[in-house]
Amino acid sequence: MKLHEYQSKQIFARYGIPIPKGRVASTAQEAKQIAEELGGKVVIKSQVLVGGRGKAGGIRLAKTPTEAEEVATQILSMEIKGLPVRKVLVDEAANISSEIYLGITNDRAARKPVIMASSAGGVDIEEVAQVSPEKIIKVHVDPLLGLRDYQARDVAAGIDLAREYWKSFISITHGLWKAYTECDATLAEINPLVITAENQLVALDGKMIIDDNALFRHPEFSEMRDLDAEAPSEIEARKYGLSYIKLDGDIGCMVNGAGLAMTTMDIIKLFGGNPANFLDIGGGANADKVAAAFRIILSDPNVRAVLLNVFGGITRCDEVANGIVAAMQEVKPKVPLVVRLVGTNAEEGQEILANAQMITAETLVDAAQKAVAASKGEL
Amino acid sequence: MSILIDKNTRLLVQGITGNEGMFHTRQMVAYGTNVVAGVTPGKGGEWVLDGKIPVFDSVRIAVEATGANTSVIFVPARFATDAIFEAADAGIPLIVCITEGIPVQDMMCVRNYLDQKKCRLVGPNCPGLLSPGQSKVGIIPGDISIPGNVGVVSRSGTLTYEVLYALKLHRIGVSTCIGIGGDPINGTNFIDVLAMFEDDPHTDQVVLIGEIGGSDEEKAAEFIASRMTKPVVGFIAGQTAPPGKRMGHAGAIIEGGSGLAKDKIRALQDAGVKVARHPEEIPALLSTLSMD
Repeated sequence: MKLHEYQSKQIFARYGIPIPKGRVASTAQEAKQIAEELGGKVVIKSQVLVGGRGKAGGIRLAKTPTEAEEVATQILSMEIKGLPVRKVLVDEAANISSEIYLGITNDRAARKPVIMASSAGGVDIEEVAQVSPEKIIKVHVDPLLGLRDYQARDVAAGIDLAREYWKSFISITHGLWKAYTECDATLAEINPLVITAENQLVALDGKMIIDDNALFRHPEFSEMRDLDAEAPSEIEARKYGLSYIKLDGDIGCMVNGAGLAMTTMDIIKLFGGNPANFLDIGGGANADKVAAAFRIILSDPNVRAVLLNVFGGITRCDEVANGIVAAMQEVKPKVPLVVRLVGTNAEEGQEILANAQMITAETLVDAAQKAVAASKGEL
Repeated sequence: MSILIDKNTRLLVQGITGNEGMFHTRQMVAYGTNVVAGVTPGKGGEWVLDGKIPVFDSVRIAVEATGANTSVIFVPARFATDAIFEAADAGIPLIVCITEGIPVQDMMCVRNYLDQKKCRLVGPNCPGLLSPGQSKVGIIPGDISIPGNVGVVSRSGTLTYEVLYALKLHRIGVSTCIGIGGDPINGTNFIDVLAMFEDDPHTDQVVLIGEIGGSDEEKAAEFIASRMTKPVVGFIAGQTAPPGKRMGHAGAIIEGGSGLAKDKIRALQDAGVKVARHPEEIPALLSTLSMD
C-alpha cells in the first residue's frame, strides 16, 4: 500500500526528521489560507500516487497567497496519469543549495534491508542506478541488530557529505530506519533531502510503501488508503478475498492459485488470445466466491468469453462445480464459458456441469484454444 | 528415492488443532507420513486423530517426548514467525512453513536468524514437500504423483500440482517435489534444492518452475551452467503479467524493470535448460532428454 507524500512526511516528522512547514488542502481556498499562514513563497504539490508529478505540471511555486489560490485551483482540476488530484500539499518554499537521495528498502537477493544514498538527489533514483550506479552507495543492515551508528556514518562518508552535516544526517538516517521498521514499510524514501541555503537538512519530498501483509498490525493505515489508485473492480475483489488485476484483453480468467492463474493468462496469449484479467479465487471455491468472481470479471465490458480453470487438489472439483452452477443461476453470464476441472473428483464435477450451458475442456491447451475461439465468436 | 523427507521423517505439526492443521494432518497420515506429535500452546495433554497423535504445549517438549525431526507449520501469519523461531530453537533440522501472508520484515529477521542455526526452512507461503510413496509434508495432494526419478522444484502451488499431474499422465514419476513458496524472502531457494537434486543418486532429471519477480531463476541458471550435470527442464509463469502489480504471490512482481519472465527464460535457455512454453510440454521435454 502506497502512502501519499504528505502522509509519508507526517510520519517522518514523528521520527524527528525535519520537514518543511506546510499542510494539505482539498480546496483552493484552504490552500490560500495555508499560504497566508506560512507567509512568503510556497510550493503547491499535487497528491497523487504516481511518479512524474513535476513533469506533468503538478508541482508549482506560488509567490503570494492569491497566486497560491490560482495555482491550487488549476492543480486540483488536473488528472495526472489518469488519477484525479483531490488534495494538494502547500509547503513553504525552501532555498535549496544541494539535493541528496536517502532511502531504505528490502533487498530481496541479500535478504536484508538496504540503505541507499546518493549525492545526486532530486531525480529518479532508478535512472541514476542505470546511468551512473557508482553515484549510489548501499549499506546493508542486519535486521536482528538494527541500524548502527557506524553504518549511518558510512553512508554519510559514502556520498561525500561535508562533515558539518554528519550529526544531522545520522539523526535523520536513524529516524528513517525507525519509520521503516516500525511502520513495516517496504520502502521509506526521502528524495530530495536538501541542504538549504541556511545550512539545514530538510526532507522536501517523501514516499512510503507499506507491506500489505503487515497491515493487520497497523490499523492506522486502513483509513489512509487512497481508493483512486485502484480500479473499483480490484477494491470489490479484495472484499471477497479474491486476488484480481484488470488487464486489457477480452478473455476473462478465473483460476485457483496465483501461479496457475498467471500460466492460464500466458497460454491464452500463446494461442493468440488476450487475457482480460488475473484472478485467483484461492482455496475453497464456494458458490459465493465463484459468483463474486463472475460478477467482477463480467463487470469489464471488454470480456467476450470466460475461461474457468481449476485444479482440484485440496479443493474438490465437485464442490467447485456446484459453486459454478449456483453462481451461474445468480449471475446469468451472457458470454460463452469454457470450463476445465482437473484433479480430485474431476469426473463428478464434470457430470454436474454436463447439463449446464458451457464448453468443457480436458487439457490446458484445449481450454486455451477453446477460450480463444469463443472470444472471437468461432464457437 | 528422495531428498529432505522420506520414510524416516518423524513429523511434528505446529497448529495441529486448527482447521487447516487438522485437515491436512489427516491427509498426511492417510498418505503414510509418520506424524508423531502436534503442538498447540494451551492444549498440551490432549490427543487428536482418534487418540493417535499426542498434542504438546511447546515444540521443545514435543521433540523431547517423540524425537520429531521435521516440523510443518499451519498457524496464522501473525503467529507464524514465532512458530518458526520456536522450532529452530528446539533443534528441529527441517521446518516447513505453509502459512501465507507473513510480513516481509519478519521474514528477513527469521532468515538472518536461521542462517546462524543448523536448520533448514522451506517456505513460507508454500505447499510443502512430497516424496511419492514415502512421505508427504504439507498440502500437495498425494494421489497426483507417482514415485520416480524426476525432481521437481517450484515457487507455486496449484501450478505445481498441474505439472505433477501432467507427469503422472505420462507415467513419469517423481523423487521429491518441493514447493519453495511465493514470498520474496524464503528459507530455501532454487539453488539449495538444485544442489540437493544434483547430489541425490535417485534423481536423474529436474523440473524447475519459476515465475516473475526477484532474480532466483537467474541465479539458478548460473548454478545449472556451472555446477549441474543432470538435465533441467524449466517453465516460467507470468509472461503476460503487467509491471508493478503483485500477481497473487507477494514475491510475484516486476519491479524497476527487473524480474521479467523473458529475462528468466533467456537466462535458463543460455544455461542449457529446455524451457517449456506451457506446462503440458514438460513431459515431452523430459522424454527427449532421457533419449539423448
